[in-house]
Amino acid sequence: MTDTQTQQHTIIAWLEDKPSVLNRVTGLFSRRNFNIESLTVGHSEAKGISRMTFVASGTERDLQQVETQLDKLINVIHIANVTQEPTVIREMALIKVTTNSQTRGEIMQLVSIYHASVVDVDMTSLIIQIVAPEDRVDSLIQLLDQYGIEEMVRTGQVAMVRGSSRHGHSHGVATVAANGHATPDNGQNANGANGHTENANGVNGARA
Amino acid sequence: MSELKTGGQIIWESLIHEGVDVVFGLPGGAILPTYDDLYKYNYPIHHVLVTHEQGAAHMADGYARATGRVGVCIATSGPGATNLVTGLGTAYMDSTPLVAITGQVSKSLLGRDGFQEADIRAISMPVTKHNYLITDIRDLPDALKEAFYIARTGRPGPVLVDICKCVQQASMEFTYPTTVNLPGYRPNRLTPDPDVIDRVAQLLNEAQRPVIIAGQGVSMAGAEAELRQMAEKANIPVATSLLGVGTFPATHPLSISWGGMHGEAYCNYALQECDVLFAIGARLDDRLTGAFSTFAPKARIIHVDLDPAEMGKNLIIDTPVVADALLTLRALLPQVESNEHPAWLGQINEWRTDTTERDILAQETDELVAPYVMRQLWHATNQGNCTVVSDVGQHQMWEAQYFYHTKPRSLLTSGGLGTMGYALPAAIGAQMGKPQEEMWVIAGDGGFQMTMPELSTVMQERLPIKIAIINNGYLGMVRQWQDVFYNKRYVGTPLFNPDFVKIAAAYGIPGRAVTSKEDVFDAIRQAQNIPGPYLLDFQVEEFTNVYPMVAPGKSNADMIRRGRPVEN
Repeated sequence: MTDTQTQQHTIIAWLEDKPSVLNRVTGLFSRRNFNIESLTVGHSEAKGISRMTFVASGTERDLQQVETQLDKLINVIHIANVTQEPTVIREMALIKVTTNSQTRGEIMQLVSIYHASVVDVDMTSLIIQIVAPEDRVDSLIQLLDQYGIEEMVRTGQVAMVRGSSRHGHSHGVATVAANGHATPDNGQNANGANGHTENANGVNGARA
Repeated sequence: MSELKTGGQIIWESLIHEGVDVVFGLPGGAILPTYDDLYKYNYPIHHVLVTHEQGAAHMADGYARATGRVGVCIATSGPGATNLVTGLGTAYMDSTPLVAITGQVSKSLLGRDGFQEADIRAISMPVTKHNYLITDIRDLPDALKEAFYIARTGRPGPVLVDICKCVQQASMEFTYPTTVNLPGYRPNRLTPDPDVIDRVAQLLNEAQRPVIIAGQGVSMAGAEAELRQMAEKANIPVATSLLGVGTFPATHPLSISWGGMHGEAYCNYALQECDVLFAIGARLDDRLTGAFSTFAPKARIIHVDLDPAEMGKNLIIDTPVVADALLTLRALLPQVESNEHPAWLGQINEWRTDTTERDILAQETDELVAPYVMRQLWHATNQGNCTVVSDVGQHQMWEAQYFYHTKPRSLLTSGGLGTMGYALPAAIGAQMGKPQEEMWVIAGDGGFQMTMPELSTVMQERLPIKIAIINNGYLGMVRQWQDVFYNKRYVGTPLFNPDFVKIAAAYGIPGRAVTSKEDVFDAIRQAQNIPGPYLLDFQVEEFTNVYPMVAPGKSNADMIRRGRPVEN
């Protein structure tokens, strides 16, 4: 990938579950002029750690800035760009479609083809739920549009790498820059003169 | 069971644990419980009362830059906190370790828009490395411990701790934490990868026209000696960034001063022509590089910085090295081969000679110009054996051009944010941290007036700060842009100035106006010989501009330069 090629990237960030963390992340996106297409955040498998998936478009260099700036936030524990990895990516949408006795059957067929489900029915509308990759959600929405979409909500994409967990929180905390490895602060730094006892959180620095 | 401590007591005890000896602040309602606890403590920490909270933040900044320790400022809620913001932004841009403590309304009043409530956590988020809002006393000790840890480690920066009034008044058993739990923060000193060092050494050894750019990060890592060893071993010319001034002696034969918008022309030529550029501890911002795409076009750039986010932020980097400056130089030293580079150094000397011939000081004139003042000050201070705190504008550029800095941390200036009004309060902080140091403020007549009331703080603390105002009756640098880009339409730049000597006298500070060249050295000597503070009002020629000058967004190759002297 060259520096000028724009591509969609899927990035996962593990965050400490603390007040204002989301504010820090979105504030960073806005002041660094990063354009984010979707963002979801929720609990991870580890207590006190939230997991955020976001999708952003840009060149490799743009995205490197997004990742390194985000990683500098104190409450951000780990970042993984999973764009190049085999990944399960899903988005959920709830779509309220106008129906009548003529169209209901056709719509139900579409729901079935898309492995979506109907979660609410009344005389004039249906609520359809779909959990699928983004392009399938787009495609269903396009088809349903002809019947009249009254309301819609999409969650944004969530992602998980396939296979054994290389990106779980417990494996992810030790990431440092690719060409550096960490050594404990030996106190020679003028700014770290009394920082010895705090190295309990130092890590071996190998990329997980 | 140990004794209960109030939140206010916990704040002071934490500061004592961190080795803080002085704080700069101004009290108000929401921070009063903490101030009252300082009274109860029989003043274990010296509190410097400021006239405006911006001054408190700059003082903490100046203290930190001069000493390398964390500076601390303190303010009340609402306007007290918002007045800190310019100082926090200044510290953030220049990576100064600073802890700001602010009072906040009580938790029960948060979000009610009550008197003097401002969401300083949200306001300060973009200008701090991290910040806290403390609504529960149980979170206070960890937050204070973490604040100091975060401020001084890794790439340093300001941290703000906003503390609700009710937390300051509450009490609990207190022991200062010995560890921090910050799973997302790993500020270890990074050792460079050996393979990367091999490549860097190879690039440097094969270079025909190498240049080093040294930034403030070299001083933060304490790597000045190693930098010099490497430069001398391989005979590589060394430029600095503006904040890097002092990391490499400006009088050294390999020094090529500093580059950029108002850097020396010969330095800019060297940067444009070099084939390998080794930048260390400098973030390579637009004022140094000119238009990013045009900077050092022939060079493969090696960038050493401990902040991975600096890699490739502005420039395309050939070899990024995310590592500590000292550890990198130590690893490189044995691998960098001795070298002479006679042709390259000869070329640079030709450019240097051309610069010298165009020097304003080489022109015969009776007019008093700021560069002359700077050079005389350098002579009078035993060739720069002092700390200079400069403000922002033309005088700042002339100071950096004409005052040869030879020791680290001897120039304190707002490089990134470019904050006018920085110099006087920052010098107060620096002098508090280094009481024996000869401390000079150099400020323009515009910037000086922004924080001039801190003269009362100078007197209150009896600080022997010497102040040189470069008074040309204009917001000079802005006026210079109007000269060059706006056809001399001087909108909003002529100043109505007070008599600065009388202003100083009103505070009890002696001073003297200087209007002619002959009086400059004598006046500086007089300022030095009088114990305590002194103010010199250098009334300089009005329309002198700083050269060279690179227009914003242009290449450093396209400098506007002072003309050569007319040949007879």
